[in-house]
Amino acid sequence: MSPGYDPAMAHGGGAAESERIERVLRGSLAALGQGPDTVLQHLIAQQQVFSHVPEPAIDRLVAALGVTRAQILAAIDFYAFLHLTPRGRFDIRVSDNITDRMLGNAALMTQLCAALGVRPGEPRADGRVTVDFTSCTGMCDQGPAALVNGLALTRLDAGRIRDIAALVEAGTPLAHWPQGFFAVSNNVQRPGLLLADLEAREAGLARLFAQGGPAVLAEVERAGLRGRGGAGFTTALKWRFCREAPSEPGHPDKVIVCNADEGEPGTFKDRVLLTAYADLVFEGMTIAAGVVGASTGFLYLRGEYRCLLDHLEAVLARRRARGLLGTGIGAGAGPGGGFDFDIRVHLGAGAYICGEESALIESLEGKRGITRKRPPFPVTEGYLDRPTVVNNVETFLAAARIAEHGGYWFRSEGTDRSAGSKILSVSGDCARPGIYEVPFGTPVAEVLADCGARDTQCVQVSGAAGVTLTPDEFHRVLAFEDLPTAGSFMVFDRSRDLLEMVRNFAAFFAHESCGFCTPCRVGGRLVQDLVEKVAAGAAGSHDLDELHDIAQVLRRASHCGLGHTAANHVLNTLEKFPHIYRERLRRTDYTPSFDLDAALAEARALTHRDDAGSHLPADA
Amino acid sequence: MSNEQAQSTFTLDGRRIPFEPGQTIMDAALAAGVYIPHLCHKPGYAPHGSCRVCVVRADGRELSACTAPAAADMSVESEVPDIRALRVAVLQMLFAEGNHVCPACEASGNCTLQAVAYHCGMLTPRFPQRFPRRAVDASHPDVILDHNRCILCELCVRASRDHDGKRVFAVSGRGIASKLIVDAPSGQLGDTDFSADDAAARVCPVGAILPRDAAFRAPIGRRRFDVAPVSRVGDVTPDPDAQWPAVDALEEVTA
Amino acid sequence: MNARNEPAAGGKVRVATASLAGCFGCHMSLLDIDERILDLVELVEFDRTPLTDIKTLGPCDLGLIEGGVANAENVQVLREFRRQCKVLVALGACAVTGGIPAMRNSVPLAECLDEAFVHGMGLANAGIPDDPELPLLLSQVHPIHEVVQVDYFLPGCPPSAEAIWSLLTAVLEGRALHLPLAQLHYD
Repeated sequence: MSPGYDPAMAHGGGAAESERIERVLRGSLAALGQGPDTVLQHLIAQQQVFSHVPEPAIDRLVAALGVTRAQILAAIDFYAFLHLTPRGRFDIRVSDNITDRMLGNAALMTQLCAALGVRPGEPRADGRVTVDFTSCTGMCDQGPAALVNGLALTRLDAGRIRDIAALVEAGTPLAHWPQGFFAVSNNVQRPGLLLADLEAREAGLARLFAQGGPAVLAEVERAGLRGRGGAGFTTALKWRFCREAPSEPGHPDKVIVCNADEGEPGTFKDRVLLTAYADLVFEGMTIAAGVVGASTGFLYLRGEYRCLLDHLEAVLARRRARGLLGTGIGAGAGPGGGFDFDIRVHLGAGAYICGEESALIESLEGKRGITRKRPPFPVTEGYLDRPTVVNNVETFLAAARIAEHGGYWFRSEGTDRSAGSKILSVSGDCARPGIYEVPFGTPVAEVLADCGARDTQCVQVSGAAGVTLTPDEFHRVLAFEDLPTAGSFMVFDRSRDLLEMVRNFAAFFAHESCGFCTPCRVGGRLVQDLVEKVAAGAAGSHDLDELHDIAQVLRRASHCGLGHTAANHVLNTLEKFPHIYRERLRRTDYTPSFDLDAALAEARALTHRDDAGSHLPADA
Repeated sequence: MSNEQAQSTFTLDGRRIPFEPGQTIMDAALAAGVYIPHLCHKPGYAPHGSCRVCVVRADGRELSACTAPAAADMSVESEVPDIRALRVAVLQMLFAEGNHVCPACEASGNCTLQAVAYHCGMLTPRFPQRFPRRAVDASHPDVILDHNRCILCELCVRASRDHDGKRVFAVSGRGIASKLIVDAPSGQLGDTDFSADDAAARVCPVGAILPRDAAFRAPIGRRRFDVAPVSRVGDVTPDPDAQWPAVDALEEVTA
Repeated sequence: MNARNEPAAGGKVRVATASLAGCFGCHMSLLDIDERILDLVELVEFDRTPLTDIKTLGPCDLGLIEGGVANAENVQVLREFRRQCKVLVALGACAVTGGIPAMRNSVPLAECLDEAFVHGMGLANAGIPDDPELPLLLSQVHPIHEVVQVDYFLPGCPPSAEAIWSLLTAVLEGRALHLPLAQLHYD
């Protein structure tokens, strides 16, 4: 855990302030350089120190990086963790995944706001503190969770909220907060093929050095490894395409990107892998670099996992010191040694869409995270138009072990079309939330039994964008051919009102839509409004038809996977749990789109009227 | 075509469309004189794929014609009932999102959004109107920027960046709060190096970027889409047998 | 049942019309169908409408609504039409989209009233009217389908007489409205 800067010291004024801005900027320019692609990282550095991006920093970045002011403003406005005006010196963001909701985060939010005298999202007048909600922070097995100045707080309860409010009021620097508040557990409940073996032996790299890239690629091919981010593209094929892609003249470099933007609500396994198995992940990236001939590597770490940054930098430094990164890696160790490769950690800043590989690349280039059209695919034109491999954290880890043990070892588990194991993030209504590694082909029911789930009403597999399963589907198996999953596994027992899940997901997707395409930008908001109308008891059956139609427009006409899947939860629950909607409908089929009587409130106030004629009933 | 045999084709609603390698479905269709509704696409501009009005079904997959490469013997459906309905829904979202008051808009009759909606047979915006409160930027001497009508197609962004070499425009924010911004510390168009001679000044498909001196130049009945529907003049290669005059001739008539 | 509810087989179709927040332009356009109005009166008879000055509304086959929904009275009239009319039509741009009256939505209601009744020019008795006889304004003007279910939409400012004729033909034949391109316009 890095306490980062001392918030109590952050806000000076006048000349001292501009000097500090300049100092931070010089620091980040020295560390990151002046490429236009570095702009987002500079903005994050400013935000982290000043709780916003100060004007003078924007002017300096325009001059130093050759980007326009509009581009910088566009990025600040896009990323949820960047701001033009100061947040509080203590910037607290309460995780608002449905699993946090189920653990009572709403009451804690109310308690915290009351204790500090703030309203959600508004900095307190003295600039001391901001309290706000944020999308899932990946602590679902140890929630309710929050971030304070980017660092994770876990296992919040009323007592801890009281303590946090007192620490904020006292201006206590984060370094002096009880370290237990920042404790993050790995909760590996069921290790399997990969997680049972923690030791980093660099044996996969050794095979690369000794036998060369083609031999290792053959093993990855033999293993039948498919991408663990959910889409399941064959890893060896991706690596081969990139290996065979001609490099751009003048840019001989190919690029390896590890996608650690684990934003899908309910997933947190990449956090554990990066905490306990970082060497293996970096080894996998280095092997990929050797195979495709890349010399540049990025780990794109979601901003919510800033608490891992120091640890990851330390692991990278150690690997550099051991000659496992840098120039001439494995020189003299065989035909596959002697290549150059290094890895930089880039931070995200609160944007779910950046988990999509082409949006992630845009973000790496410093831009708003907008998904690119395809073709071209990243393997031929990725980061700065260079051939780029983007793989999930778990994929690189698996690749490292495959290089070590061979493809047949990996194939010993799983199904024909889904080789190996899947690492699941299990949360919600179960006795033992945490990480479960199961062979592909494992039925949902087995995972439920393992994690101690009882009286289960439904399981949401693969996150908010995934599929809602009823108990008569629990025999279905986790595998690309049945239930493909990036690993999120959220359990809901019979005490839960599933419309709360729908409301949470609808708000999530409306918030996380990048806004590029019409169906997701507008339709996502229409879905949220209709779900809220149902929840308020104001909807008629016509609204359910509209909800269904709009959800279909998102699924069919959106630009990218976010939009295609953003209304799955609505379509799934309309079909499988129709009562959560129907029991709230008004008797009339068609109801107004807005609250008629509330729409007269402004005029009532202006005319000081409250007679019968100044009101409208909801039903005609 | 010099080599007829080498020419690949696909079918669009049963019609054979020839294409060159690298052409999108849209490029090939427009070149063959067959219209596919579109808003964010413009020949000569990098394909964008954001408005989704050009959604078609190609070999069973729904995708945007302006970004999807044509492939030999592909079967593309465009003017079929369910795809038309999908397009109408996308258009209805655009109409409900902004403030498109056609009776009071000087772009009416010359507006591609309106013309495409006519083509698709949209009778109602259907969804609850968002009625956003947006600014009108009248700071530039020659051009009005009315954010009420912006549909975020980014044609001006691309025109300014790729054709004018200026980067005047950008899209900021995300989701439903996305908005067009201009590159000036004041945020005002008049404080940028934007000029009425820029490609970006003439590319807006709606009435968001309007040259001041062009208002109501053509009377009702002789405006661009009064004279010919968008399916004839919307970037389509003119068909010599068409009953409508070509777009160049129209501009002469209405100038 | 009320006799007015019975456009028996061979009987005339009973039609009512109203203008909410509108300019009566759509009503004018209805009259523009010229000599076809003779055909029309063979087919229809009018209930409440500004054309006949009948003030009360009985059961009807067809209701034509012009204008957006701007105030409480508009809501009441609209709901009454929905209750009484088998088929309800949004006639013209304002009924379909909110139209010109909805342009006030870009200004907060307090500012609108302030400009009109408090700080406007030439006011004798400045002050926002608060007589209970007056309908209160909604905070925004809405298209009519945001308040009641609408069966047919005919855009246009106003819709042309030809388009209205197409609409009436479609309604009388009980089929969906398909306008020729020349009749479909939003302005």
